[in-house]
Amino acid sequence: MTPIPPHPPETAQTLNLTINGRQVSAQAGETILEAARANDIFIPTLCFLEGLSAQGSCRLCMVEIAGSAKLHPACVTRIQEGMEVTTETERLRDYRRNIIELLFSERNHVCAVCVASGHCELQDLASELGVDHISFPCRYPTLAVDASHRRFVLDHNRCILCTRCVRVCAEIEGAHTWDVKNRGIRSLIMADFDAPWGDSETCTGCGKCVHVCPTGALFEKGLAVAEMRKQRPALPTLVANRATEQR
Amino acid sequence: MTQREALQQQAEQRQQVLDAFSHHLLVCAGLGCLHNDEIIKALRKEIAAQGLEQQILVRKAGCMGLCALGPLVLVLPDAVYYQTVTPQDAGEIVAALGKEPVQRLLLPADLPFFSKQQKKVLALSGRIDPENIDDYLAAGGYASAVNAITAMSPPEILRIVGESGLRGRGGAGYPTGLKWATVAQAAGERKYLICNADEGDPGAFMDRSVLESTPHAVLEGMLIAAYAVGAHTGFIYVRAEYPLAVKRLQLAIREAERNRLLGQGVCGTSFDFTVQLRLGAGAFVCGEETALIESIEGRRGTPRPKPPYPAENGLWGSPTLINNVETYANIPLIIARGAAWFAAQGTEQSKGTKVFALTGRIKHAGLVEVPMGMTLREIVFEIGGGIPDGHAFKAVQTGGPSGGCIPAEHLDAPISYESLSALGSIMGSGGMIVMDDTSNMVDIVKYFMEFCMEESCGKCVPCRVGTAQIHSLLQKFCDRQASADDLAALETLCDLVKTTSLCGLGQSAPNPVLSTLKYFRQEYLDRMADPSGPHQEGQL
Ligand SMILES: Cc1cc2nc3c(=O)[nH]c(=O)nc-3n(C[C@H](O)[C@H](O)[C@H](O)COP(=O)(O)O)c2cc1C
Ligand code: SF4
Ligand code: SF4
Repeated sequence: MTPIPPHPPETAQTLNLTINGRQVSAQAGETILEAARANDIFIPTLCFLEGLSAQGSCRLCMVEIAGSAKLHPACVTRIQEGMEVTTETERLRDYRRNIIELLFSERNHVCAVCVASGHCELQDLASELGVDHISFPCRYPTLAVDASHRRFVLDHNRCILCTRCVRVCAEIEGAHTWDVKNRGIRSLIMADFDAPWGDSETCTGCGKCVHVCPTGALFEKGLAVAEMRKQRPALPTLVANRATEQR
Repeated sequence: MTQREALQQQAEQRQQVLDAFSHHLLVCAGLGCLHNDEIIKALRKEIAAQGLEQQILVRKAGCMGLCALGPLVLVLPDAVYYQTVTPQDAGEIVAALGKEPVQRLLLPADLPFFSKQQKKVLALSGRIDPENIDDYLAAGGYASAVNAITAMSPPEILRIVGESGLRGRGGAGYPTGLKWATVAQAAGERKYLICNADEGDPGAFMDRSVLESTPHAVLEGMLIAAYAVGAHTGFIYVRAEYPLAVKRLQLAIREAERNRLLGQGVCGTSFDFTVQLRLGAGAFVCGEETALIESIEGRRGTPRPKPPYPAENGLWGSPTLINNVETYANIPLIIARGAAWFAAQGTEQSKGTKVFALTGRIKHAGLVEVPMGMTLREIVFEIGGGIPDGHAFKAVQTGGPSGGCIPAEHLDAPISYESLSALGSIMGSGGMIVMDDTSNMVDIVKYFMEFCMEESCGKCVPCRVGTAQIHSLLQKFCDRQASADDLAALETLCDLVKTTSLCGLGQSAPNPVLSTLKYFRQEYLDRMADPSGPHQEGQL
């Protein structure tokens, strides 16, 4: 994982920019996503999670910047003085819808029988962006469910490879149990060197991965749909507390 | 005696040894040519039998380029080339020395394959023994590096490289001088240098040939670069599938160290520079600079978002200069002959020469070096000798698996970064695949998409899932199951993958589809569910 370089701490310089025509100001070193969220401007994200390193891989947060022909991922693009950012256009909405559709087509996302239904970030974004059908043929891969862990289950059928679990385990818990194996469309999340989760020698059983997982790919055994609430907001607090302790 | 004088003496001594022979027989010893060891043995045996060891020198040399007619043997000073030589030809070749050449094996002296080329980077390929540093020294090698380090200042070198107009030969064509200046100016005590020798495009062997033929030229370029930007540690990231290149690089590094051209106190100055090899495990994406850096750092080779660019934040967070093999190999020439000499060739924005690996349906497949601005037609029909077996030219794909396919009506386009990209293709690292009228574009494009799908690292969604979906759609066309909706979906997906992917692999993967949709659309329409023509399996 490659964290983008830490914010320059010494400067508390304020920069002015516009987002969707609105004047906003934010601290130098902040990303477009941070500036937007601080001003209640919604930009969809899936791989991003506050408290973890940003990796810019889901491509949902792509925005337009005046003067640049390319699109830019808001989660890893730092703001600049005078920047003119547009987060909502028909084109961006189309791309985002297509990306969500690709994710649904990739694996077996049958919401009706998923523990996460009703509190799944993929499902939420789909309805937010108005994805009511999938334009691409579903691939229906045959994928395993790893229920070898005493308390938790990994269901590859619902994994969107956002690597939040990988990052939280490596960056917050310090165990680095998870990583990705294979590449491309065959990529899979794996524990240790491809061990059943239950046999993992590094897993501490803390469950952080389960809580950061945006979908029903990681869940706790024995919980009914309504109980499978994930505690994502706890993460920034945890990180902040850590940072204070370390000082 | 200074280091400089010592090297000069060493070069002169080698030259005397070489000059003492009346004839040199140089045998192509690239990986591509088979039986070259046996040919060398047979020639030596023949020469020994006739007691001519003092007059005739047999040497192995790097690739001579005309691989389709290899192995080649070059006779010097006559400059006669023999083609498709076998060990059995040794007797005749030796007997003919100083007399009429062996007509049966002779390559025509005026073959456009050789006469139309302008060998700069490849000038010494096939002319010197890559495993002998003295050969390189005798040919004037390392003079640029010694001169740069002992007599020039880093800003002076940066200025020359900038003025030359050299652009990166690894694909993106970023101005080399600008990149060097960024690294030189970047804050940071420790800086790194990387040579990108991952060359993973199918059918490409430009960099391999440079590494195998003139490994010291690459080291010399790196040495000059390191001095100019202030780096003391360099890495060559070379794919493990190139065992001969790896072996020759190892040897070259050892010999350069022994001659104090690498290591502590280069050339008796206080400048230190060491070079290490890192072997890539064959993932195409590891040629992408940030994935390559992740790989050297010991992690999974997946690209990082840019910015930050390696020049500011690269290997282990330090400013890092990463250039391609051919880019580095140009540097000693530019330092030796000056920026104006280099800039005199090429087009307004693309200077110098470029090496291409010419393959596919073409008579003289091989490695060629041509000035930028030469037309595709000259390369395909003059240098390449045209299409074999009476077939007609259909398209040429430049830039590897993710380059566009350029049709006959654009054959007069000049080779340059700008004109290729205007045609929907890319310069890439210099692959050039020629297709004739037996090639079916949809089949070919499906093959390239399969490559990109297999090589996608899987990090970002558009490339990971998009390339797989595009591949399935192309399969439908091949199976004649495609509908008008599928054609629309194909165009939507290509735009999505090109526009939103994280790295160059995804961003360029749709090029073959987009360019063939533009230039050969009828082939897609012909292969839709409602058939309007007989289905024929195309060849690749
Ligand atoms: C998928 C992908 C593969 C690449 N493979 C190579 C390669 O094999 N060799 C290379 O020199 N550059 C390769 N590049 C380009 C590098 O990222 C980089 O631009 C280059 O090494 C910079 O050197 P240059 O400025 O001398 O061209 C690749 C880029 C991408 C996106
Ligand atoms: S298991 Fe969950 S958190 Fe981990 S990569 Fe898959 S979707 Fe993301
Ligand atoms: S574009 Fe493809 S290869 Fe590049 S980061 Fe995305 S998935 Fe990986």
